[in-house]
Amino acid sequence: MSIGVIRRMISNFFEFVGRSVINTCNAAGAFVIFFARIFITLFSTKLKISKLLTQMVQIGSSSMAVVALTGASSGMALALQSYIGFRRIGGEHMIGAIVALGMIRELGPVLTGLMVTGRAGSAITAEIGTMQITEQIDALRTLRINIFQYLMVPRVLASIIVMPLLALFTMLCGIIGGYIVCVYTLGLSPEDYQSAIRGYVEMSDIYGGMFKASIFGLILTWVGTYKGYGTHGGARGVGESTTKSVVMSSIMVLVSNYFITKILENL
Amino acid sequence: MIELVNLKKKFDDRWVTDGVNLKIPSGKMTCIIGRSGEGKSVLLKQIIGLIEPTSGKILVDGQDIIAMNEHDRREHLEKFGYVFQFAALLDSLNVFENIGIKLLENGQSIKDVLPIVKKSLELVNLTENNLYKFPSELSGGMKKRVGLARTLVTNPQVILYDEPTTGLDPITSRVIHELMYNTQKKFGLTSVVITHDVKIFDYADKVALLNDGIIKFFGDASTIWESDNPYIHQFIRGLADGPIQTEKPTSRDAY
Repeated sequence: MSIGVIRRMISNFFEFVGRSVINTCNAAGAFVIFFARIFITLFSTKLKISKLLTQMVQIGSSSMAVVALTGASSGMALALQSYIGFRRIGGEHMIGAIVALGMIRELGPVLTGLMVTGRAGSAITAEIGTMQITEQIDALRTLRINIFQYLMVPRVLASIIVMPLLALFTMLCGIIGGYIVCVYTLGLSPEDYQSAIRGYVEMSDIYGGMFKASIFGLILTWVGTYKGYGTHGGARGVGESTTKSVVMSSIMVLVSNYFITKILENL
Repeated sequence: MIELVNLKKKFDDRWVTDGVNLKIPSGKMTCIIGRSGEGKSVLLKQIIGLIEPTSGKILVDGQDIIAMNEHDRREHLEKFGYVFQFAALLDSLNVFENIGIKLLENGQSIKDVLPIVKKSLELVNLTENNLYKFPSELSGGMKKRVGLARTLVTNPQVILYDEPTTGLDPITSRVIHELMYNTQKKFGLTSVVITHDVKIFDYADKVALLNDGIIKFFGDASTIWESDNPYIHQFIRGLADGPIQTEKPTSRDAY
């Protein structure tokens, strides 16, 4: 291999690395600027209450069945797993607390975030993406209608408001699911289940879980609207944007979960 | 008057518009013709502000709107309306909401907007029966008319039409052309139409031909068929031979 070829390979490698870094920085910057525009629009324009309510109903109602099922089945599995482990040390009477705390502090908000990402987040990306490729967003721009006020802000705000309520619903379904397993399958005392919850669950746990869910709501709609707005390339582009939106939202929910938990623990 | 001065737009490493110079007279209909993928839509979108030019000027009544700040540019572009090739109606809204969207978003009540929308429907020869239909229930021609009605509601002084008769049958095309012509005459509008349809010459005042990113012809529509400009001669007759290359791949409008 000649010196010239080696030099070219090295040069190409550094060019690739450099271009990747620049592209990543550009993408990250655009993502943050997009959020800044949503934030500025929220506080500098009049909120359209009817649009907000419409989005709250759409996000909430479309996700209720899936979060109920997710919550219930997770609570049941958690109860069963906890029983298997705690029976070894004679701690079955604590299962109620374990299920409740697990659902309230972690599983409720996180599973809600993931399920609503798949259900409503993908729908938001697909809807806005389709509007983008069919020039509907361009039409709004030619009419001098603020795209962020019309499309993005209602969805983001609706999600921030609705997600804690959905998470609460998931928590409840999980606790009920755990109760059903504990009492009717494992033969545990209902009083033990309920008293364990009362003894160990605090309001701060519930508030913390709802706060997490609110942040996840912000993330999934921020990503969903961003990916939808950036769609190009026809129907295939809509499919790609939707997939990327779900993956990116899911990862951000899981990663941010750790940091939010850490912050809440330090408060 | 709208004047384009050395207007250029580059996508990646390709110049789509490459120095367009054009004076669009006020109160007249100017059509811009050219091969598919030549960049006509890109040119129109630069005028309305959907695409930012790479360089050049767009003078509206003598003022360069590109050099303006966002706020001033928005104010100037309030006078402009745009009718999209496939109407670009909002799927989730019915005809009434589509036409009245600008007024409703500005805070006007449904009670105030309804008569304005009905009048606008009348202008485009659509009946009130269509008010609560959704775009999926409309034909192609009806969608275009609703798109035009939506633009008229904003009281524009300039309307830009992006291939208004593409995909329509000859009868509906004539209806759309006549609607554009009558609207332009009635309100004294400046119309800019990009099209392949040579029937537009019966209605237009001026014709410009875009080729290779620049204007190769600008003249009267009434004498277009007698023009000895080689580009016009080849294009309007659909001839294979001539200065317009027929084999060169163009995808300027894909941007």
